[in-house]
Amino acid sequence: MKKTPLYDRHVALGAKIIDFGGWAMPVQYSNVIEEHHATRTKAGLFDICHMGEIEVKGPQAFDLLQWVLSRNIEGQAIGQIKLSVMTNENGGIIDDVTVYRLGEGHYLVVTNAGTKDKDLSWIETQRKVRGLSGVEVIDNSDRTGKIDLQGPLSQEILQNLTSDNLASLTFYHANDTKVMKIPALVSRSGYTGEDGFEIYTESRRIGEIWDKLLEIGMDLGLKPVGLGARDTLRLEAGMMLYGNDMDEAITPLEVVYEWVTNLEKDFVGSSALKRLKEKGLVRKLAGFEMEDRGIARHGYKVFKDATEVGVVTSGTYTPTLQKAVGLAFVPVPYSRPGTDIFIQIRDHHARARIVELPFYRRQK
Amino acid sequence: MSKPNPADRKYSKEHEWALDNGDGTVRMGITDHAQELLTDIVFVELPAIGKKVRQMEPVAVVESVKSVSDVFAPVSGEIIEINKELEEHPELVNQDAFGKGWIAKLKMDAPAELNNLMDAASYTEMIKEEKH
Repeated sequence: MKKTPLYDRHVALGAKIIDFGGWAMPVQYSNVIEEHHATRTKAGLFDICHMGEIEVKGPQAFDLLQWVLSRNIEGQAIGQIKLSVMTNENGGIIDDVTVYRLGEGHYLVVTNAGTKDKDLSWIETQRKVRGLSGVEVIDNSDRTGKIDLQGPLSQEILQNLTSDNLASLTFYHANDTKVMKIPALVSRSGYTGEDGFEIYTESRRIGEIWDKLLEIGMDLGLKPVGLGARDTLRLEAGMMLYGNDMDEAITPLEVVYEWVTNLEKDFVGSSALKRLKEKGLVRKLAGFEMEDRGIARHGYKVFKDATEVGVVTSGTYTPTLQKAVGLAFVPVPYSRPGTDIFIQIRDHHARARIVELPFYRRQK
Repeated sequence: MSKPNPADRKYSKEHEWALDNGDGTVRMGITDHAQELLTDIVFVELPAIGKKVRQMEPVAVVESVKSVSDVFAPVSGEIIEINKELEEHPELVNQDAFGKGWIAKLKMDAPAELNNLMDAASYTEMIKEEKH
């Protein structure tokens, strides 16, 4: 298994380590529920060094990304981030990524961990297909360290380590700055549904920032948070997980990513997606809440009356709402909030109801 | 650190305990070591009263936020009582696995099956081995 630069720290903190797509990652330090609550009410610190960072640079960087991304990145300001997907020729999702515009002809594409190599070769292939020689695609994943600081106290904690005024950094924007005098890219963004920051720096320096944040945040209730709570936090916030809720057999129109898919522009997969839209969608990913006792999990079958109609992609007990919720593919007519469905849990069918996403929205 | 394993009961390899009530019935649950591995238990699926199980067959399910685990019957028999309290308070298993977190009471088919289980000392030894 690959280790992040923070691995030894996780072990020293007593974390339980699991194999996450080939990476040895902390799933929990104390327990998932405590870490979840800390992030919602105070702050949580996450090792995200496993994720991929691909730099796209050169006069044709825009042309290449406008071709591989579903999102229209025209008008994206320097310092602005956009969430997008990359699709294949059939419109299937290769990955969901965040795209930072760092400067003129200069972008950073942040990918999932398990998909980074695939994404890299895909972007490179498309560069050749389009004959774009004025752009470089560089894999910075190994030399980049990334930690996420999430939760209502994030700004207060991080402000101690930087002279930039974090209050003026708006949601889904990034600043080239210094944290503890170490050059870093800091964005106001994350994967928890809370206010918070993603911090990128050289991988050999990330440990210093991690240690300092834990040290100054501890008294305020900051906790290191593992992948267990990262999953419950993102699911409460109605966010999807690649490989779990979507993959290359699934299009962005069928999941929560219709809004990042711009069919007015041409991109890889856009013609397939237009055809699918004209034909009409068959299934849709929808949120549900359990009505009967029980927790639905990934892979459980969905029934309408006695007929199998779909499948659960994510499901858990959510610590904030204290109930069992999840995401499931269901036929479009059953994806309307209020629809009753059944989920097979072991040997019985448990009642559930389709609800609006997200399950949890923070008070602003 | 988990709590000591009480000497008044028997233990399975799968981390269940069985307390012989001396009247042909046993009370069963999971060990403190098991709840520690599972951490925050958020759901317990209890068996139906009257259900018949064989020794080391699944009899209940405990779920943490991240995991789903079977609980095995330490002996063969019929379920005659279940801990209904766990429906509202699954965390009792975390708090008091050997006491208030008990799962079910069984009427034994063959009390001699208790001899297939470990005593507290052997079980304690086994979980110590697991840590290496």
